[in-house]
Amino acid sequence: MKARLRANLTWLALMVLGFVVIDSCEFTGLINTFIENMLVTIGINVILATGLNLIIGFSGQFSLGHAGFMAIGAYATGIITQTMATPAGFFISMVVGMLIAIVAALIVGIPTLRLRGDYLAIATMGAAEIIRLLINNLKITNGAAGLFNIPALASWATVYVLMCLTTIVTVNFIHSRSGRAIMAVREDEIAAEAMGINTTRWKLAAFVFGAATAAIGGSLHAAYIQTIAPSDFNIMASIAILIVVVLGGVGSMTGTFVAAVGLGALDTILQNFGTLRMIIYSLALILIMIFKPSGLLGTWELSFRRLNRHHLKEVTNHE
Amino acid sequence: MSSPLLTATQLVKNFGGLTAVANVSVHFDQNELIGLIGPNGAGKTTLFNLLTGVTPVSSGTISLYTDHGVQTLNGKKPAQIAQAGLSRTFQNIRLFKALSVRDNVRIAMTNHYHESFYSCLLRTPHFYRTEAAMTAATQKLLALFDLTAVADQPAKNLPYGVQRRLEIVRALATKPKLLFLDEPAAGMNPEETADLTRLIRQIQQDFHITVVLIEHDMSLVMNVVERLYVLEHGALLAEGTPSEIQKNPAVIKAYLGDDA
Repeated sequence: MKARLRANLTWLALMVLGFVVIDSCEFTGLINTFIENMLVTIGINVILATGLNLIIGFSGQFSLGHAGFMAIGAYATGIITQTMATPAGFFISMVVGMLIAIVAALIVGIPTLRLRGDYLAIATMGAAEIIRLLINNLKITNGAAGLFNIPALASWATVYVLMCLTTIVTVNFIHSRSGRAIMAVREDEIAAEAMGINTTRWKLAAFVFGAATAAIGGSLHAAYIQTIAPSDFNIMASIAILIVVVLGGVGSMTGTFVAAVGLGALDTILQNFGTLRMIIYSLALILIMIFKPSGLLGTWELSFRRLNRHHLKEVTNHE
Repeated sequence: MSSPLLTATQLVKNFGGLTAVANVSVHFDQNELIGLIGPNGAGKTTLFNLLTGVTPVSSGTISLYTDHGVQTLNGKKPAQIAQAGLSRTFQNIRLFKALSVRDNVRIAMTNHYHESFYSCLLRTPHFYRTEAAMTAATQKLLALFDLTAVADQPAKNLPYGVQRRLEIVRALATKPKLLFLDEPAAGMNPEETADLTRLIRQIQQDFHITVVLIEHDMSLVMNVVERLYVLEHGALLAEGTPSEIQKNPAVIKAYLGDDA
């Protein structure tokens, strides 16, 4: 009980500290628009990638359609906040985006989650393309031109707070009965069935959960960048999120954080290198794939409870 | 004397032109220890798969006798059958390899400890209570089967015999009425087999459940079971107590050939 409280307080302190550091840097002018943009991109990528890691790393279903659900969130915000340009309007639009994403994920997931591996990847990719093409051809979404002048209703602070919230919720989901059932499905579907676990239901739960968080990422993207177009949510966008997950370690939320921050920083640093940037970027990926195929952190997770326990053990050993 | 728990009548399973199980009728009673033997390819595992819903039956009925009357298990999914109280182990161990021993057992308890979606996301006191109750129940089971020391290890790191034991414990964690063990002694040395024999007896006595086991190790089978079914070429060859089966000429012929 006490150990749990201490670990939770440590996490809370870390989150507040992060906020204060960024805030004071912002105040003293250490962070310019350029760096703020990078931080926000990192934050949104964390939201998107933790959701995708839940689907790929924890439930073991290979999805290539994450950008489709992100697009739903982005367009929900883009359309709704144009008539309701208030913070309340932004949050309403985010909830609407999540709900539509959940419905879309159910429609996509129920037939496709029967497929495995490559087939599932292709099916989800197709689903995301369908979403993109729908947006491309609808009047309300302004077709291929996209939406611009979306009210700036998300600051870096909104992104930061929502990044913390979605991560907490996702991690809580994983460390529960549901999360264990989902991992059982990944480990051995037949055995999971034999233990009374409805595998279809839990696969769907992970998929829908991931889609809902992707919609949050999309909403923030629309409200911060203020311009969205269907081409922002193509297959390359899905793959960009996938790279974060694979690089950090499939099955490690800590890894997703590290990879999102690392890639975001790398992207910014290499901005001046022009075409060379893409070469260095892909070289970094190839090197990781060769020397650490399970990703930077594998399935390792940072846990203050474990650190505490470890620390206690060492203290008693020294006595 | 004892009341029936599960009956299967006229079970048939065809794989294309091959009849793997042909008109097999079996019945398992409450708190009974039953053996299922037969030469390789006789259809023993297929029969297990039919009874636990892993493969659908071609024809025949499976009925489970519960407190609320008779329940037909035909056409039910494996998960539903498991929830109805049938649990099993697998011939080629199927643990959740990357997960800890404790999680393997806790996963099997999924259906007995309900945490609502919101309570697990928001970490309500109800969530912590359920989680604590589940962990306590797991601890008890692990202690009973001497697995406490390895509780935090991933299942794949355990020695073979211990993995088999863990699989049995995991099956027990679903609180079954009927437990199917598919070759629990496969690959074990005589010492481990003797341990297993004790374990199976202990399970049947402590948990008051029916245990059905497929086994090739005759010392284990003859020592433990009360009643035996013998399968050959997908059909039921004989039924009886171990001593009856040992004298049955048809069984001797199936195992040793005509000249024996």
